[in-house]
Amino acid sequence: MSSFKSFDIAGSGMAAQSVRLNTTASNLANADSVSTTAAGVYKARHPIFEAVRAQLATPGIQPESQPAVRVSGIYESTAPASQRYEPGNPLADANGYVFAPAVNVVEEMVNMISASRSYQNNVEVMNTSKDLLLATLRLGQG
Amino acid sequence: MPLSLDQYVSVHATALDVRARRGELIANNLANADTPNYQARDIDFRQAMARAAGDKTVGGVSLSTTQTGHIGGASSANAATNPDLKYRTPLAPALDGNTVDAQIEQAAFAENAVRYQATLTFLNAKFRGLLTAILGS
Repeated sequence: MSSFKSFDIAGSGMAAQSVRLNTTASNLANADSVSTTAAGVYKARHPIFEAVRAQLATPGIQPESQPAVRVSGIYESTAPASQRYEPGNPLADANGYVFAPAVNVVEEMVNMISASRSYQNNVEVMNTSKDLLLATLRLGQG
Repeated sequence: MPLSLDQYVSVHATALDVRARRGELIANNLANADTPNYQARDIDFRQAMARAAGDKTVGGVSLSTTQTGHIGGASSANAATNPDLKYRTPLAPALDGNTVDAQIEQAAFAENAVRYQATLTFLNAKFRGLLTAILGS
């Protein structure tokens, strides 16, 4: 029996959710970073989650796989930057436009709440697993 | 008559094992609550226990063994710790193909934790009984 696996699983979940929180923080912080060109503008970043799947080994023998979640990559949003007419802005181009990143602040806030709830879930799993493991260690003592 | 400790703790040791395995599975479901196309899994506890008790009629297909050299096949390999896993039926389908319902998984995890502790209590009582018999007080 390897109850320590629960710690690895919950840990991987916490790591993945904190990556998601980090990207959300980055997106929110840069929501108003305008740029002179459409190409130079900040692009929203989002993580891609992936379940670590069991590799099919010899039939009949359970493969020694580590179930968990991992971040397989972070992609940059391809949504086009929005144009704003701000002739007074020193970053404005020849026509008086600045380019703002296509960051949806509401979407990012929802992402943040979802990530923090999922993180808390994993913390609870870890706490409960720890309590159960400690109780198992005390088996026969009282 | 020699006392077999395995027999003495009887079904509780197996139950503890299955509970630990189920806890891992649900932890995995919760860790993958936001993973697209992830499908939540769970253990059928009744089936896992019946299998561990040597009942070959429950669930799954196993190869019949007619000679001593035969290997039982998938479902009989390490039956106690490797019972057939089931997929959870989602209450509401999600657009990203994920079938984890965080609330259901949380409830299942809590239930599993309490039952794990109940099994521990049973085992503790067994050991206390044994100790009383040994010490005579």
